[in-house]
Amino acid sequence: MEQYTYDDLNNMQIDVLKELGNIGAGNAVTALSSLINQKVDMATPKVNILDFKDVANVLGGEERQVAAVLLNVTGDVNGIMMFVLDIADATRLVNLLMGMESTDDKLSEMQISALQEIGNIIAGAYLNSLAQLTNKKMIASVPYLAMDMAAAILSVPAIEFGKIGDTVLLIQTDFGDEVDKVQGYFLFVPDIDSINIVLGSLGVI
Amino acid sequence: MSTVIKVGMADLKTCKYPDRLTTLGLGSCVGIVLYDPITKIGGLAHAMLPDSKLINNNQNIAKFVDTGSKKLLDDMIRLGANKNRIRAKLAGGAQMFKFDTSSDLMKIGYRNAQAAKANLAELGITIVAEDTGENYGRTIELNTENGDLIVKSIGKGIKTI
Repeated sequence: MEQYTYDDLNNMQIDVLKELGNIGAGNAVTALSSLINQKVDMATPKVNILDFKDVANVLGGEERQVAAVLLNVTGDVNGIMMFVLDIADATRLVNLLMGMESTDDKLSEMQISALQEIGNIIAGAYLNSLAQLTNKKMIASVPYLAMDMAAAILSVPAIEFGKIGDTVLLIQTDFGDEVDKVQGYFLFVPDIDSINIVLGSLGVI
Repeated sequence: MSTVIKVGMADLKTCKYPDRLTTLGLGSCVGIVLYDPITKIGGLAHAMLPDSKLINNNQNIAKFVDTGSKKLLDDMIRLGANKNRIRAKLAGGAQMFKFDTSSDLMKIGYRNAQAAKANLAELGITIVAEDTGENYGRTIELNTENGDLIVKSIGKGIKTI
């Protein structure tokens, strides 16, 4: 079997992946918006093909403190879905949802569970819309949460993709609510075979 | 003038005092630090995977513990370090997410740290200190004046190993 690399993707295929990011994130943002009862806007998705050393830049630098909910995706499509927020924004999001006022930057067990569940709902909305569109099976794992430095968190998808190549493809969509209390990112990192499957299902390969 | 030289993911670099080496936000990757106290030459490799022999696409030497640690040692010797004096320190190899144990992803941090120990033993390099495992990220900086390795983690403060 021929070994594809991300460099083989042409502009049209990149555009299709961006559109998938658009649809996935659009649904995810709608879910988030109804959770917190606020209008949430999103930016145009970016398809980043990055060297490992540059991966952390998508989250604003290696040492930036972020909260990330990660779901492993299996089925016809394999990859990693992440929902990432600044630690401060994660706290605000949980407070918005639970109607709490906490100034403590350390989240309680209950707040952590809530954040995982938010990630679960939102990432689920993203993946479900893609599964419907492509008619491919995408099974999400339970949500896993980590709060740490951006580079340390991104080492997880990077290592996974390091097994097959020297770049990582991230479909990144930034979002923010109207009052700028909560800003974050969706990162969908499909493996190269899955990209071929998805593009094939849409007839652009 | 001394500079702090940054080592990225899947990257390795050497330097000589007064320059220093750092890598930011090691997660499941492992940081392999070598130091010769007499020449004050230091080296740092930020490796992502334990074994190049298990991977088809393995040209990127610094990406793997086995090829990365060997290259780092060779580079230091070429710079004038004496192999008999070189000591190693390790950091990283964390498990960032609490995956269920069936997942291969979960064990990668541990496997990276184990591979570093095995490869350094094979190269005949003694490990004098380590800060590996657990579930948090680490930023490390090698002080080439004395070989101290400064380890910073969120909420865990700063320690020197």
